[in-house]
Amino acid sequence: MIRFILRRTGSLFLLLVAVSFITFTLFQFGPADPASAACGQECTPERVQEARVALGMDQPFLVQYVEYMRGLFSSRMIGAPGAESLCQWPCLGKSFQTNENVSDIIARSLPYTFSMAIGALVLWTLSGVGLGLLAALRKGSATDKFIVGAASVGVSLPIPVTGLFLLLVFVNQFHLLPFTTNEINSPFGPQGPLAWVLNYLLPWIALAVLFSASYIRVTRTNMIETFGEDFIRTARAKGLAPRTVTFKHGVRAGITPVVTMLGMDIGLLLGGAVLTEQIFSVPGLGFTAVRAAVSGDLPVTMAITMLAAFFVIVANVVVDLAYAAIDPRVRLQ
Amino acid sequence: MTQPQTRPTAVAAPAPKPASAPRAVMTGAFLEVRNLSVKFPTDDGVVSAVNGMDFTLERGQTLGIVGESGSGKSVTSQALMGLLKGTSAQVTGEALFQGKDLVTLPEAGMRQLRGRNIGMIFQDPLSALHPFYTVGHQIAEAYLVHNKATKKQARAAAVDMLGRVGIPSPDMRFDEYPHHFSGGMRQRAMIAMALICEPELLIADEPTTALDVTVQAQILDLMSELQQETNSALILITHDLGVVAEVCDDVLVMYGGQCVESGPVDEIFYNTRHPYTLGLLNSMPTLTTGSGKLNPIPGQPPSLLALPQGCIFSARCEYAALAGDGVCESQRPQFTSEDGHGTRCHLSGPQILSIRNSR
Repeated sequence: MIRFILRRTGSLFLLLVAVSFITFTLFQFGPADPASAACGQECTPERVQEARVALGMDQPFLVQYVEYMRGLFSSRMIGAPGAESLCQWPCLGKSFQTNENVSDIIARSLPYTFSMAIGALVLWTLSGVGLGLLAALRKGSATDKFIVGAASVGVSLPIPVTGLFLLLVFVNQFHLLPFTTNEINSPFGPQGPLAWVLNYLLPWIALAVLFSASYIRVTRTNMIETFGEDFIRTARAKGLAPRTVTFKHGVRAGITPVVTMLGMDIGLLLGGAVLTEQIFSVPGLGFTAVRAAVSGDLPVTMAITMLAAFFVIVANVVVDLAYAAIDPRVRLQ
Repeated sequence: MTQPQTRPTAVAAPAPKPASAPRAVMTGAFLEVRNLSVKFPTDDGVVSAVNGMDFTLERGQTLGIVGESGSGKSVTSQALMGLLKGTSAQVTGEALFQGKDLVTLPEAGMRQLRGRNIGMIFQDPLSALHPFYTVGHQIAEAYLVHNKATKKQARAAAVDMLGRVGIPSPDMRFDEYPHHFSGGMRQRAMIAMALICEPELLIADEPTTALDVTVQAQILDLMSELQQETNSALILITHDLGVVAEVCDDVLVMYGGQCVESGPVDEIFYNTRHPYTLGLLNSMPTLTTGSGKLNPIPGQPPSLLALPQGCIFSARCEYAALAGDGVCESQRPQFTSEDGHGTRCHLSGPQILSIRNSR
């Protein structure tokens, strides 16, 4: 088991290096020229060249990449020779727009994204798996048909529709919930956990409606298949209670595809829920990434892309470990 | 596989038990199945999987149910186990097990019987064992549902049972997963699971079909041995006549969801009264007839969606013409029995005798 974890962690590291290199290359040879964007209104070729040197972009590509990666392990100096400034570890460069440390920008945005992701995740997993299981247990009944129908509707509703609809009903019309504020980004803040829940409830619901639909479908299909397995018949033939048969013998065997989906979705969501953050004005990673991309702020975009990739890769490793915990056949000897 | 011809004389069957006849009601029979039918409504119509089965079984006896795939053998066993409750299947008739009707017994009552009074062994032990739990855990679990015991006691019981079914170093094997076991070992573990509560009735649904031949014999011996130890009744579902000859006291031949012939095993093999049974026996390869060809029964089993009006076997029966007047096509034969040997055929005794002798 320990060797399994070590091996997975090793491959995680290699994958991260590859992803960072590809991302870096993409931005390097992309159409945006940060130097001319940074030099402002009165641009002369000399000014652009100065800016290029200040941004370190006069260096060869590989040097730039190694220099950038070095920042992940130690502090480094940044800026034109003679006008350098210290970039504290972990150094992801400085924003072209605000000259702020990118790591600070990310540290500021992350709690919002986490807040959104965690609640949405709990909500959609519970509703998706719960309803999917219910539909599977009542296969062919009116309940089943209703749940499957609702899932089809849910998956076809884009976030802007559900999000704006929720805002209109719960905030504008009936004043049941406050409008999302930027002051709350943690359940442990001064306003307490309840305010945190109320603040993020609508984005959670909007995300959950979208995500739980596919969880319902995957759970339902897999559980129906599992309930038809021979070992379920064996469990019943032993005289086990229906609850034991359903959960201990059925759900554990049928849930693995949901674990895979969950891992991928957590990874993706932690990289920032762009649309949801926009609609509910939550300044998380997605929101920040969009602003940075629009203004050509390369270091910020680059850092968020890498962070998102990191989350997806880590989530995949966690999924593999979860698989091994669930299914003894996956464990390597 | 042992050929019927070389088979040692079976344990003498007790007093003749007419396998059908409601008139010979034996009150207090251990298991008495009367007019058991199972129908599955589907989009294409109603599938009549089992049509009016009758049989009785006493403790210590082994009943073999034989027939080709789709003849309703497994559905009969699942109906007896109550495994069709909660599905769309319609089960009618009676199945009195120690006086309790398994057909009408509610699921909760049935659950008390399953595992404790009626054990079941399935065909493919790899898919019938849960891949995510250790073999021992699954056996101990069966013990824990029906016994007030600690986990430690359940483990001890399971280890003991694993040893009894012939698994070496059972204490170590307890913690292994089904995929660590070989096919024969898995079936031994299944048997251990089915027998841990010492049920009075054991239903084995093709227990040796998924195993190779050398292991088959071991498993059959094991089952007979354990059956004698606990004096339980055994229903052995199989399509292997060699297996039947080896371990059964009585045989019931199924075709199209009906019992076409039943009786003591020697009667069925040496005094066959139904053309279908004759066909089955004739299709078995032997070492003595050197033609090198198999003799299958021509044709296909009938569709269970629309059973023929007459004899279900008539379409494939070589001797349907002998009965005359197309009676085989127009009229379903009654199940008649004589000295505990019953058959469902229009042909008279002498006609069958001459067919048998002509082979």
